[in-house]
Amino acid sequence: MAELQPSTLAVTDDALSAGRGHLRVFLGMAAGVGKTYRMLLEGHAEQEAGRDVAIGLLETHGRVDIARLAEGLPMIPRRRVTYRGTRLEEMDLPAVLTRAADVCLIDELAHSNAPGLEHPKRYQDVEDVLEAGIDVLSTMNVQHLESLNDRVDELTGVRVRETIPDAVLARADEVVIIDLTPEELLERLRAGKVYPAERIDTALNSFFRIENLSALREVALRQVAEEVGHKRLTRAEPLGARGQMLAADAPQAVGERLLALIEPNPGAQRLIRRAWRSAQRLGAELDLLWVRPPGRKLSEDRDRSLAALRQLASVLGTRLLVEESDDLAATVAEVARRYGITYILMGRSSPARGLARLRTPLPQRLMELLPGVDVRVVADRGGSRTRNST
Amino acid sequence: MSVAVVIGVGLVAFALGLAAGFWLPPNGRIRLGDRPVPVRRILLPFTAQGISKRAFEAAVRLAKAENATIMPAFLARVPRQLPLDSPLAAQCGEAMPLLEAIEQRVTSQGVGVDSRIARGRSYRDALRRLLEEEQFDRVIVSATNSPNKGLTSDDLEWLLERVPAEVLILRPAPEDTSRISAGALSGHF
Repeated sequence: MAELQPSTLAVTDDALSAGRGHLRVFLGMAAGVGKTYRMLLEGHAEQEAGRDVAIGLLETHGRVDIARLAEGLPMIPRRRVTYRGTRLEEMDLPAVLTRAADVCLIDELAHSNAPGLEHPKRYQDVEDVLEAGIDVLSTMNVQHLESLNDRVDELTGVRVRETIPDAVLARADEVVIIDLTPEELLERLRAGKVYPAERIDTALNSFFRIENLSALREVALRQVAEEVGHKRLTRAEPLGARGQMLAADAPQAVGERLLALIEPNPGAQRLIRRAWRSAQRLGAELDLLWVRPPGRKLSEDRDRSLAALRQLASVLGTRLLVEESDDLAATVAEVARRYGITYILMGRSSPARGLARLRTPLPQRLMELLPGVDVRVVADRGGSRTRNST
Repeated sequence: MSVAVVIGVGLVAFALGLAAGFWLPPNGRIRLGDRPVPVRRILLPFTAQGISKRAFEAAVRLAKAENATIMPAFLARVPRQLPLDSPLAAQCGEAMPLLEAIEQRVTSQGVGVDSRIARGRSYRDALRRLLEEEQFDRVIVSATNSPNKGLTSDDLEWLLERVPAEVLILRPAPEDTSRISAGALSGHF
């Protein structure tokens, strides 16, 4: 407890949200990593710093260490709700607002409330609490984020029903990742520190597999890195000339966005694969661009290739842009500016004929038109021979 | 007089040669092989588990003999809960290096290649969708004793009955455990 920094909520900088409470979210890859534990530790730290702390909602899931750690922090009683003959216990939002503590601990941000309460979702309750000027500490797992839900489903085969919009996490003043290696988490699970004994085997055989946990951990770490990058870009820091210089440099420092120039032929697939791998490594967005000469009808083969490229783009989750123009370089430059592209990938051009030889090659023209944008010509490794019968 | 004519003809021929050299691509003349020829297409479906080396080698041999293009097609399974047109980043993470490795090997043999990715609720469904959209002259698959490694015997039966192309099913053999995987990639990818 001693190493935690108390009152950090009170000194966070945003004058933008003056009067509104601060939200700090403890984000983890799965149950059992220690989010609630850390939330309680920080609650104690705030209390020791002299602030009025209350627990709005705590889910111990039968864990003795959590219940013990909550001792000493005043708990606002839950309210009982009956829904279809079942008695449920939910956070008492009116009581939390009436209590008006300086800091309120509200576990499980993604929880869905029983029907008939003020809001269907707990994060909406938290919004009310923040609006009342109360700081909130809360917890959630990464798979509850709406935008990651499909990806997590694909990675783990588990569909999470309780989701929250990404904007909720984006609005949080602080996101703290609670990280644990998959091996450590499994050890905790086997030791009965996460679930009761009768649920351990089921958990180990379903969700809590090392490949699932590794994938979720990566998603969680990446999510927080992106949040940090985003906040760095959007937060205006009044640092004078140096601050302005930093702000001007920041987008290029963190926000890579790739554009691959393609044509509908079989060779484009290879370029897209390489561009996608680069985008994955950089954690960047990838767009594909085909500058189509106006007024020309596509041959059957090119039409088929275009359909295959659309399919590939869709599977990869990238966007295929088609622009009609005779001026390739100018169009690429315009699209690059429109989408904030920092990196252009292109294949090797076919050898120029006739007067075209006198023109400046496309990479050089792009570098002239787009100073500050990297241009990469992807190698044709292996002497690619893609047949095109057009 | 005749000398002047010879010199004149020589100069004209030289000028024509220069013009032709300027007009043609710098690294080659028009070769017979560049002329459009009817292209046969050989479909080579595979899954994230890799591709059978025997099936691959058979496809390359046939493609060489028939002047055909090999179309390696990665079959991706979309979980039931997801829409069918969902991006599949995790499976693509497996597929992309695998496709790259296959393409490198195919092109090193001087054979044309045109890759595909097909999505479906099952491998068979993905294959069915691909076959609905495109036409192939041959389909080469490898039978497997393991139901988790790709197309099952039911799938192969379905393939034989439904696909309007020549289907070549290779029997499982001991050496068939040798598969092309992403590890076969050369260079940085």
